[in-house]
Amino acid sequence: MQTYKVFKLGMALLLSLTLMACASSDTDDMGDASESMDTSSDSSTSNGGSSATSSGAGDNGGLTASQVRERDNALGMTVFYFEFDRSDLSAEARAALVHHANHLKDNPSTSYRLEGHADERGTREYNLALGERRAQAVERYLQVQGVASRQLETISYGEENPVATGTTEAAYARNRRVELH
Amino acid sequence: MSILGRKLTFIFLLVSSLLSPQGYAQLQIVITQGVDNPVQIAIVPFDWNGFGLLEENVTDIVSANLRNSGEFASIAEENMLSTPHEQADVFFRDWRFLGADYLLIGKINDTGAGSALQVQYELFDVLREERIFDEVLSGSRNQLRDVAHTISDNIFEQVTGVKGAFATKILYVTSQRVNEDLSYYQLNLSDADGGRPQVLLNSQEPIMSPNWSPDGEQIAYVSFESTRPRIYIQDLATGTREQITDFPGINSSPVFSPDGTKLAMVLSKDGNPDVYVLDLRTDDLRRITNHFAIDTEPSWTPDSESLIFTSERGGNSRPQLYQVSLETGWVERLTFQGTYNSKGIMLPDGVNLLMVHRESASDEYHLAIQNIDRGTMRILTDTALDESPSVAPNASMVIYASKAGNRGILNAVSIDGRVKFQLPSAQGDVREPAWSPFFD
Repeated sequence: MQTYKVFKLGMALLLSLTLMACASSDTDDMGDASESMDTSSDSSTSNGGSSATSSGAGDNGGLTASQVRERDNALGMTVFYFEFDRSDLSAEARAALVHHANHLKDNPSTSYRLEGHADERGTREYNLALGERRAQAVERYLQVQGVASRQLETISYGEENPVATGTTEAAYARNRRVELH
Repeated sequence: MSILGRKLTFIFLLVSSLLSPQGYAQLQIVITQGVDNPVQIAIVPFDWNGFGLLEENVTDIVSANLRNSGEFASIAEENMLSTPHEQADVFFRDWRFLGADYLLIGKINDTGAGSALQVQYELFDVLREERIFDEVLSGSRNQLRDVAHTISDNIFEQVTGVKGAFATKILYVTSQRVNEDLSYYQLNLSDADGGRPQVLLNSQEPIMSPNWSPDGEQIAYVSFESTRPRIYIQDLATGTREQITDFPGINSSPVFSPDGTKLAMVLSKDGNPDVYVLDLRTDDLRRITNHFAIDTEPSWTPDSESLIFTSERGGNSRPQLYQVSLETGWVERLTFQGTYNSKGIMLPDGVNLLMVHRESASDEYHLAIQNIDRGTMRILTDTALDESPSVAPNASMVIYASKAGNRGILNAVSIDGRVKFQLPSAQGDVREPAWSPFFD
């Protein structure tokens, strides 16, 4: 993603390499997420003894083919949408986030960047706050599922980074979202 | 640690040279509504005594400035019966005949000293048949636009009694979207009429909330260039800048206090957005609001003793405007009419509160002014998705952003609602205008 090029450039000049490595480890998109899931299953099996709580959830062996499919579909879902002026998670979002939570718990070195967005109606700085509230709703849900705080960061873009242009309700609905990165 | 150690960064120079800007977004004023009976002024093209062509046409700029204020109409040059350049050649009868209320004449002389020019001009009241103002200005050939704006300011003040704001600047943000994953953002500076645009910051991440220091020498803004919203202060003369904040969460809405010693801002480091004030001399950071609801968009009252802010503490996801006393922390709600009132700015009179207002859930977002003594609300604008108001330093006009079709565009409206103009740009989205203070 383009943002990371700029990010790395700026950070390399300004901050230490440690910070950069930490912050740029979360570039999972749909494909990467399911891939890293598979590899992580391997690694958790090989050192499973070190983490008693995570051995069951991340192990493909304990899941049926349809359960694996359901899990991979859920992990492929990385954008969650919201009603106007609202930050409630839909039932579908909550179901998918349970799988994301398991993925994070099984992979303690993985972290998510939760990017909150708003539609363009209303003032920009207020919308920045609305975007943060949505990202925090996802963050809180993941934390309740047992994900460590250090694996999560929330960033709000407010209305500054729309996916859809235009002034239709359909465009607005696509822009009120939280993206997992 | 009160606030992070200040980092002096020069990265914007580097970023500017690496990214290719998509060209300047030059704005040009198009007047859409003027007053019913504008003042008629005859502006005789100034006489030029020197070699070659001048870089700027001073009288054209003065004429455009005055017309774009909505308060003036200028007499067409081809109708003029004479073209005097000094008082001895002025025959008031000629100008009365054309319906002129005022007459401006002048000349530009090459002083022979380097590139220095001397501009002398005289303003006459045609009905009273007397000279009411005259002045000699000097400057280099590339300062003619400044000279024209200064002349415009003086004429405006002589005729209307209000100090002119033509020799001021505006900041604005532009964005050009390439695709879903790539947009170019620019922070721009131009004359108040859109002239002489220059790019102050190029980025592929959003730029927000530009704001002027009261002396006009520094600007504060929010840049996402680190992929997180952070506040920067940039010196306009040198281009150097400091990153001011690096807190987790939202770092937004920087606003200089009227005395320039403090910066109000919004931080969500303690869980949700609250208003803070940073003392720029001591680095002392003070939390001003403390509420679980969203508090944002601070702005200073003219006496620097309070902040106006947007809060949804009233409930129902309906932001309203509040005022907090910095000394006592006492919070008072200011707005009750409408389902959405945000981004409040107290006008210099301390009574009229400018804001973004939505009457009912099905209504549009418009600028409105509420008289806080009487409680009356007056809608100022009729454009779409109006936001980001910024008041001219003479408090005569408000520049703001709205949407025209699918594009962001700047507009301006006079405080009394009589004058309206647009500042269209040839390309991209334009938004978040910030009108400078006076520079003198």
